[in-house]
Amino acid sequence: MRSRILPLAVWALALAIAILLVCRARYTADLSAFLPALPSQQQQLLVEELKEGPAARVILVAISGADAARRAALSAGLVQRLQPNPLFRTVTNGAAGPTEADQRFLYTYRYLLSDRIDAGFFHVERLQATIRDNIDLLASPLGMLSKDLFARDPTGETLQVITQLDRPDGPRLADGVWVSPDGQRALLVAETAAAGSDTDGQQRAMLAIRAAFDALQPLAPATAPSPAILRLTGPAVFAVDARATIEKEAVRLSLLSSLLIAAFLLAVYRSVRVLALGMLPVASGALAGVAAVALGFSVVHGVTLGFGVTLIGESVDYSVYLFLQGQARAGGGRDQARWTADFWPTVRLGMLTSVVGFASLLPSSFPGLAQLGAYSIAGLVAAALVTRFVLPQLLPANLAIADVAPLGQLFLRVVAPLRRVRALAWLVPVVAAACLLTHRGELWNHELSALSPVPAEAQAFDARLRADLGTADVRTLVVVSAASAESALQTAEQVGAALQPLVDGGIIAGFDSPARYLPSLRTQRARQAALPDPADLKARFLAATAALPLHQERFDGFLEDVAAARQLPLATAQQLQGTTQAAGVDALLVQRGAAWQALVPLEAMHTGPSAYMIDTGRVEAALGGLRSSDATVIVLDLKRESDALYSSYLTQSVRLSLAGLGAILVLLTVALRSLVRTLRVVVPLALAVLVVISGFVVVGHAMTILNLVGLLLVVAIGSNYCLFFDREAGHRGDADGARTLGSLTVANASTVIGFGVLATSSVPVLSAVGLTVAPGAFLALLFGALLAGGTAAAPGSSHA
Amino acid sequence: MQAPAAVDGGLDAVMQSMAARPHGHAVFTESQYLALLKTRLESSGDLYFRFPDHLEKVTRRPAPESLVIDSGTLTVTRGKMHHTVALAAYPQLAVFIDSIRATLAGDRAALERSFTLQFAADGPHWTLSLTPRDAKLAALVRQIRIDGSGDAISTVETLRADGDRSVMVITPVSDG
Repeated sequence: MRSRILPLAVWALALAIAILLVCRARYTADLSAFLPALPSQQQQLLVEELKEGPAARVILVAISGADAARRAALSAGLVQRLQPNPLFRTVTNGAAGPTEADQRFLYTYRYLLSDRIDAGFFHVERLQATIRDNIDLLASPLGMLSKDLFARDPTGETLQVITQLDRPDGPRLADGVWVSPDGQRALLVAETAAAGSDTDGQQRAMLAIRAAFDALQPLAPATAPSPAILRLTGPAVFAVDARATIEKEAVRLSLLSSLLIAAFLLAVYRSVRVLALGMLPVASGALAGVAAVALGFSVVHGVTLGFGVTLIGESVDYSVYLFLQGQARAGGGRDQARWTADFWPTVRLGMLTSVVGFASLLPSSFPGLAQLGAYSIAGLVAAALVTRFVLPQLLPANLAIADVAPLGQLFLRVVAPLRRVRALAWLVPVVAAACLLTHRGELWNHELSALSPVPAEAQAFDARLRADLGTADVRTLVVVSAASAESALQTAEQVGAALQPLVDGGIIAGFDSPARYLPSLRTQRARQAALPDPADLKARFLAATAALPLHQERFDGFLEDVAAARQLPLATAQQLQGTTQAAGVDALLVQRGAAWQALVPLEAMHTGPSAYMIDTGRVEAALGGLRSSDATVIVLDLKRESDALYSSYLTQSVRLSLAGLGAILVLLTVALRSLVRTLRVVVPLALAVLVVISGFVVVGHAMTILNLVGLLLVVAIGSNYCLFFDREAGHRGDADGARTLGSLTVANASTVIGFGVLATSSVPVLSAVGLTVAPGAFLALLFGALLAGGTAAAPGSSHA
Repeated sequence: MQAPAAVDGGLDAVMQSMAARPHGHAVFTESQYLALLKTRLESSGDLYFRFPDHLEKVTRRPAPESLVIDSGTLTVTRGKMHHTVALAAYPQLAVFIDSIRATLAGDRAALERSFTLQFAADGPHWTLSLTPRDAKLAALVRQIRIDGSGDAISTVETLRADGDRSVMVITPVSDG
């Protein structure tokens, strides 16, 4: 009695602890499962930029449908409604010129902001040339804008600072708003207040945009040709959509595969009670898996939960073996002691093999992979232990399950003709080797985007919108890290000066910099020092304009303004508050811990030989001379860096998997005490893996890190089959052998169902696992049966 | 003093003949008289118009510069500087540009949205005076006077509120 209660009590306690851990865990469904966390500075910067950088908080908005006037009106309506919303830093559609606050700031600080102000600016000849140019400007249509300023600003510094802030090549304007080059879409750019990694905040911002759009819709005239359509894109939108998709898919796939597997097993067991009991190891395993991840990691990734589906496929096997193999040798009824003695060691070895395989994921620097490893190990151990120690206590003594020996015999009859030509199986490595050799460069996909749950269509739409806006993706940026904001700004100014030749030479289209909006204090101070004192300025002005057709006595305002500029408190983020430029400084000058970073995003050319490409080498060369003592300057190509990083993880994972494979070989050799038996177990698995890989190569699917995980699962699940074939080889084949084979068939069918469902997922990481394991597990069973030693798997032949 | 109906009839006739021309090309000479300057400013160049809302002012002297107004956008090119803005962002400039553009397009309704109109005709010659309705614009521009003959504009005179004024003399060019 005591021995019966103890396992149940331990199980109940463990379940309670696991439930507690699962409830207290933090969950995330953002994309960081695919962003490695590594200490190197460049990689740290990369991860920060991808998660927190200015590009991560931009939502691009497109309005299509209706007609051009209607789209422009909706665009203006969105700006009007969203601009005051605190969820957004800025919402722009190209219509707004400088605001009044902008004009006031730019006008007041024009002598500290203008790039032209230096010691030589007020030399008489140069002052004369500048003012003469500005008189020419008065005669031009632009004179409409500058005439009113002329008396106080005869050198045109206000226009100069406005021009400095201009984007060289903005999007196309039509009806006063940004549109795509074909004019079919109105475009807006919203920058959220929430950081890119704040998926909830991003979701609120997206909902606000959609709500504002819906609120504007009833105003549509009845004559509108078609309804206007709103579409959002950008990294934040991807993150929000991906989270929703992963959550939805995890629930949908879990339900679907559970239902299908349950229906299938019910048909085999013909007992709801047995079915329910069979789910205990599965549920216990899933709970233990999540609990283990919650315990070992600060946060549980949504993808890990999605992976829980896959565990149903394997952990349900254990109870299948228990129920179907545990029948007494003679007649009906169960013989638990015999199962424990005869079959459990094989199940246990299979489980240990899987654990060793998955342990190879634990050291991965990819948090998602490490979590999958922990989840699988804890889940499989828990499921096996529950099957061994808990389930037998709960089984009714007179359990009667239909004998699956006929199923095994059926399988044998199907396989028998194949067994006669099984020598052909040795062609598999040859053909596979040929496939892999001819396609060896295309085996692995080295791009991080291959893991992205964002559908290709959405990625293409995003790229098109960015091209339309001419902003393009912020792919390359120069990151300046310094101890203070002032030092970061000073270095950013030097970076800007070093980049200008590349702009002039047509290597890059341009760059942005926090120093464009707010020059460093040092620069402002230098400009202030270059302003002559009032008496000196007056003398210079009179000399410079003596030959110009000016009424010199009407320019006292100019003299007053320069005198005032000499006394102005230097502009800081505080003076900038409320202006459009403040958003630029906020986004590009950021505090990270104790350090400050100035971000200088580079814009690729849109035409010519370097179109859409930035030659990082040339940028690095241009910045080569910049090695300031208290600031570091790093050129970051986000895509290149993340691909390189992913590639290094892929290599790492392949190495780790090979190490796991080696460990499995050692484990099997030690446990089976025979190299021949080890090979008998391993060869069918190797063949199954080779066929799956060749299949991917032939259909042109470059494998990702998740296919690798799938292959590990094939080895984990298939090793159970092969160990049973090996075990049967040591026994005399009889109805027992057929029954074992029947149980393997049932286990395999449930695995193929579970992973087959996963293969239909729209989330690439989940479908990759499904597409790998469903065929792989079946092939493992097939090759196991084909290559099984002599009589064991073919009881019929032993009697012949 | 003519009867209002006749005034309207004359204006409508001019507007209709304006609207009937799909495009036009003219050369201009503009003189500006500014209080800050002792001398007047001279500039000259070409004007191109395409019905209904495309207007280009290409200044050749004293410095090359072009101003292209297409629908709601304004593009200014001056030396290396190339600048496209939404007209809506510069309402005063927009109204000023529209006074000429709407006249060329024969769009009386657009003119009447921003200005009160006075029209006088003497044979084929006519004068259209535009006075801004908007107080903000009125603080800048007192009146715009457009003289023409038949379907061609000959001068545009702008009187600014501060006393400055400009006169643009327009001579049509027959292209090929």
